Amino acid sequence: MAKQVAIVAVAQNAGAESKDNFYDQAYAVTKEVLDKAGMTRDDIGTVISASSDVFHGGISCANSYYWETTGAFLKNASRQDGESLFALFYGAMRIMTGHYDTALVIGLCKGSENPSNDTCTLMYADPFYQRGVGLTETMAAALQMRLYMERYGVTEEQCAKVAVKNLGNGLRNPYAHKKGRYTVDDILGSERLIDPLTALQVAPKSEGMVALILASAKKAKEVADKPVWIKGFGSSLDNYYVGDRDLLNGQLKNAADRAYKMAGITDPEKKIDVAEITEPYAFQELMWYEGLGFCKEGEGGRLMDSGFTGMNGRIPVNPSGGVLANNPYVSRGLQRVVEAVLQIRGEAGEKQVPKTVKTALAHGTHGYAGQCHAVAILGR
Amino acid sequence: MEAKEYKTIKTEIRLPYELAYGATWTRFFEGLKNKTIYGTKCTKCGRILVPARSFCPRCFVDADQWVEVSQVGTLIAWCYTNYKYFGMPTEPPFIGSLIRLNGTDVNFLHLMGGFDLNNFDEVKKIIKSGMKVEAVWSDDRKGHIMDIKYFRPL
Ligand SMILES: [Zn+2]
Repeated sequence: MAKQVAIVAVAQNAGAESKDNFYDQAYAVTKEVLDKAGMTRDDIGTVISASSDVFHGGISCANSYYWETTGAFLKNASRQDGESLFALFYGAMRIMTGHYDTALVIGLCKGSENPSNDTCTLMYADPFYQRGVGLTETMAAALQMRLYMERYGVTEEQCAKVAVKNLGNGLRNPYAHKKGRYTVDDILGSERLIDPLTALQVAPKSEGMVALILASAKKAKEVADKPVWIKGFGSSLDNYYVGDRDLLNGQLKNAADRAYKMAGITDPEKKIDVAEITEPYAFQELMWYEGLGFCKEGEGGRLMDSGFTGMNGRIPVNPSGGVLANNPYVSRGLQRVVEAVLQIRGEAGEKQVPKTVKTALAHGTHGYAGQCHAVAILGR
Repeated sequence: MEAKEYKTIKTEIRLPYELAYGATWTRFFEGLKNKTIYGTKCTKCGRILVPARSFCPRCFVDADQWVEVSQVGTLIAWCYTNYKYFGMPTEPPFIGSLIRLNGTDVNFLHLMGGFDLNNFDEVKKIIKSGMKVEAVWSDDRKGHIMDIKYFRPL
């Protein structure tokens, strides 16, 4: 995808519990992103939001409630549910129609107010079969982790290293909700909630209002010094029932291949400079390395051991701390885009990776054990 | 939930739904009442799907050839759940499991049991991926997925 759509401004709020209400938080982040772009509400052509209803917000048709906080009054606006990264894709597509010069893309989530992730994700389960067995996203992940370790000889220690890295990286991220200097023993010694997963290998439940302004090529050149271009995006969906799926051969490879193809990338392990990916359970980061083509199948643990994905590695993965450090369930995919944009612009502060970032990757996933994957490639 | 330092409103949403089982699920769950596990065979790829389905999601054709499947299978993956959550199938600890019933082509999600689950170190000695397992039925069957109490090691 040639330089057609750029991200010209980004904003996000902190992940820890806040006493502000949802409505005011959403307004604040919208105002912030407009200010950063030097725009007013009138400069926005169309609005796409990503949110969820009752389970992740306590209100039905939540978009009717919060539209005005996004500046959508009198505008063409629509809402996307599910993986928030799709809201970015839809914003880009609207600009590519030629009918809009700008789009506001916003993900909204105030996790501290909602029931636990397990309660919400139990409700994904069909009411007849899987819900009766108590299937949650955590149970699906624990089954997947067992399969992954037993198939490839990946160790618990290698999985724990992801949490050590990401919670450590979170120390450099002022917005991160959960962070700290931990050892592999700390991670493995944390409460064994659902063996083989331990508590510190499971993402928290965070706040996350995340806003971006997209612009056409012409508009981007007028308003932005450092536009970040959307180079490619792709997604893929697996079967619904976890028992129908090969949990070790999921859809990330398809999603990534589609994004790489659009971006003209044939050797991702060489071309991607930094990646922000969605790893609600530590071991999944290792599996996603493989799906993204950073290493061969079953080699994720060894790649982790080699330091390839550390802050000083060839492809730093989740320098922000990722989803283990900050998990605004609904908007976490869009938050990965914000972090990738900051890295490309050299504005990531203490979490800026020590290398030139020309091309960055953002990844989102939702559904049991990665039923749906979405990938975006961004660049200068 | 603990009390917050700031003003909050506590609200709870209780929503009654009544959802149709439809013909395929009705027949499958009626089967459980009679200690029978039904699958259906895809007419195109030939896979036997269990629980029974109306169509094969991969081939997108009807899967309307009914077969009674084996109650014996292989444990594919398991997790030892030791915390309480809303909607849990039974008091913890319990063992969420994926089981490949003999002659079928997908994994069946259920629980493992039939031995003392309280001591995890002991559990680890008993339960191994790849082991043979068999369905154990509840005496009080209602046409529900938990009419199978659990699968026990063979
Ligand atoms: Zn088929």
